[in-house]
Amino acid sequence: MDNPYVVPAIVVVTLVTVAIGFYGLKLARTTSDFLVASRSVSPTWNAAAIGGEYLSAASFLGIAGLILKYGVDVLWYPVGFAAGYLALLLFVAAPLRRSGAFTLPDFCELRLGSRRLRRLATAFVVFIGWLYLVPQLQGAGLTLTTVTGQPYALGALLVGAVVTINVALGGMRAITFVQAFQYWLKLTALLVPAIFLLLQWQADGRPAVAAPGGPVFHSATSVVIEHDATLTYPDGATVVVRPGERLDFAAGEPVPDVSTVDDTRGPDWLLPGDSEKGMFATYSLILATFLGTMGLPHVLVRFYTNPDGNAARRTTLVVLALVGLFYLLPTLYGVLGRVYTPQLLMTGRTDAVVVLLPGAALGGGLTGQLLAALVAAGAFAAFLSSSSGLLTSVAGVISTDVIGRGSVRDFRLATVVAGVAPIVLSLTIETLDVSQVVGLAFAVAASSFCPLLVLGIWWRGLTARGAAAGVLAGGGGAGGAVLLTVLGPPLSGWPAALVSQPAAWTVPLAFAVMVAVSLASRSRVPADVGAVMLRLHAPESVVAGPARR
Amino acid sequence: MAEGRRTRVVLADVQPRVHDHDRTRAELAEQTQVGEALVRGLVRAQLALALRLSLVVAIGLGGLPLLFAVAPEVSTAKVAGVDLPWLLLGVAAFPFLVVVGWAYVRLAERNEQDFVAVVRRPER
Repeated sequence: MDNPYVVPAIVVVTLVTVAIGFYGLKLARTTSDFLVASRSVSPTWNAAAIGGEYLSAASFLGIAGLILKYGVDVLWYPVGFAAGYLALLLFVAAPLRRSGAFTLPDFCELRLGSRRLRRLATAFVVFIGWLYLVPQLQGAGLTLTTVTGQPYALGALLVGAVVTINVALGGMRAITFVQAFQYWLKLTALLVPAIFLLLQWQADGRPAVAAPGGPVFHSATSVVIEHDATLTYPDGATVVVRPGERLDFAAGEPVPDVSTVDDTRGPDWLLPGDSEKGMFATYSLILATFLGTMGLPHVLVRFYTNPDGNAARRTTLVVLALVGLFYLLPTLYGVLGRVYTPQLLMTGRTDAVVVLLPGAALGGGLTGQLLAALVAAGAFAAFLSSSSGLLTSVAGVISTDVIGRGSVRDFRLATVVAGVAPIVLSLTIETLDVSQVVGLAFAVAASSFCPLLVLGIWWRGLTARGAAAGVLAGGGGAGGAVLLTVLGPPLSGWPAALVSQPAAWTVPLAFAVMVAVSLASRSRVPADVGAVMLRLHAPESVVAGPARR
Repeated sequence: MAEGRRTRVVLADVQPRVHDHDRTRAELAEQTQVGEALVRGLVRAQLALALRLSLVVAIGLGGLPLLFAVAPEVSTAKVAGVDLPWLLLGVAAFPFLVVVGWAYVRLAERNEQDFVAVVRRPER
């Protein structure tokens, strides 16, 4: 892969991110500045910043890769990632802003007055944050390997270090400007090449994206086999291959099915699945993504930067539109990847499709190279911005709840602590699937913080005991499923479906336990629940006095 | 449940009058009770609105996997050369979500304006 523009593009994005960070450093003076940018960020900036922070490696690389592999069924990922903002808007945005809390643990203490619940929430913020950070760093490593041939560890280390230093020095004020810039960069980096790709596809005579005989090589391609596997050709012939073996395919030859790569062939790629397990997985995914967004710590922390509840609502609506606009694009890459980069179906590295597609479709000319560089820059923007936001929120809770009182020094120390752990993890586990891990982070968030927020905001009867029991049952169940998926033995059949997409049972479980235990401990409903409800729901203009900080 | 718990609902810019202490206090007490009921009403109205719109999404989007399963001809239908499921999930879902969100913001703000209007009325 000889593209002279890729490395400069990545370096420029990284430098601009750092430069904007230092510009913000001049403005960041107090702890409050560090954590929530002093709540003086305008809604437009804020919405772009939220979008920039949210569109991670999973959105930028992972969705297209999954679509290339599995087809229409995984379109629920982008739909769910966007719909999560609608759930957030409907149930959480304005009341959460009006609560005046800085972080999720703050909300727990403010609503239910329990230090122990606060500590439990802190543990979950850190768990979800790390679970989400690791695939970002892995995406960085994968992208750098794919486009430059540099070792995997370099990309992960580079992004990890830049983000840790930037967050430690600039805090969130800096991050707001960085994130807003990153949203527009990411949109441009997918939109411009997409236009060229569509024109190229048109010029090539619109090759079928789902040829009846399965995918075929668009141009002569050679594939290097990485694992022992059996290749199955469409005519039924099988060939056993060894690692390091190099196979050459001519244009128009069918793409053999590789036994080590799980993918969908034939009409199943084009049509929605209708098996029972498939339906369960689909609804589980819908539940996790629709409800998980509101429980992601780096998304919530942004809401405190709105001036009031109405602004929080309007900001969320703009985010929904911005995110929805972005999600029109990865589908296109996944579909065109089926035409131009079918060799990824053999290597299994489908997460690389977004980065490889411009070069593969447009050739090695100047246009192809420049667009490939633009996409690589956008991918790095995705890693940098998502990991910055995640790190800020994880460091925020560690600095206030674990290390000390949340001074600027504590925050810097916490950032280093919070940053080193996922960097080490991402170096030790290389083969995790980017989007799946992010999906699991959503499932944990949907089974822990979503019930806590929704019931905390809308139900007077919630008690600290009920909240803790629900978070432990739902979040613990989903967290256990995550650990089993990542570390445990491979499963098949229903156990696999229940463990790999746990939300369909952990979310109802969390809600049920939370309500049941709260009803059983009814006498422990906080005495100030009326005042808190007033503060959460009444417009700022009618609430005065001690209820407002 | 903290039934009967009293909450102060006062205008941010209203200064309590120094003269006529008893009447002011009585007024505030009355406002407090009314305030509690009003807040409950507001919470109920906002929750009902959020649930109604969630139902719209649950049926509009959540019903799709079921629809594809029970009516396979929907999954194979084509619009402008593109398979319908791809068009629904890949394109149409996003503007649909934005429209629902836009409706919510409008209606939720209206609920709040009604609340503010009722809270302010007794003071005039």
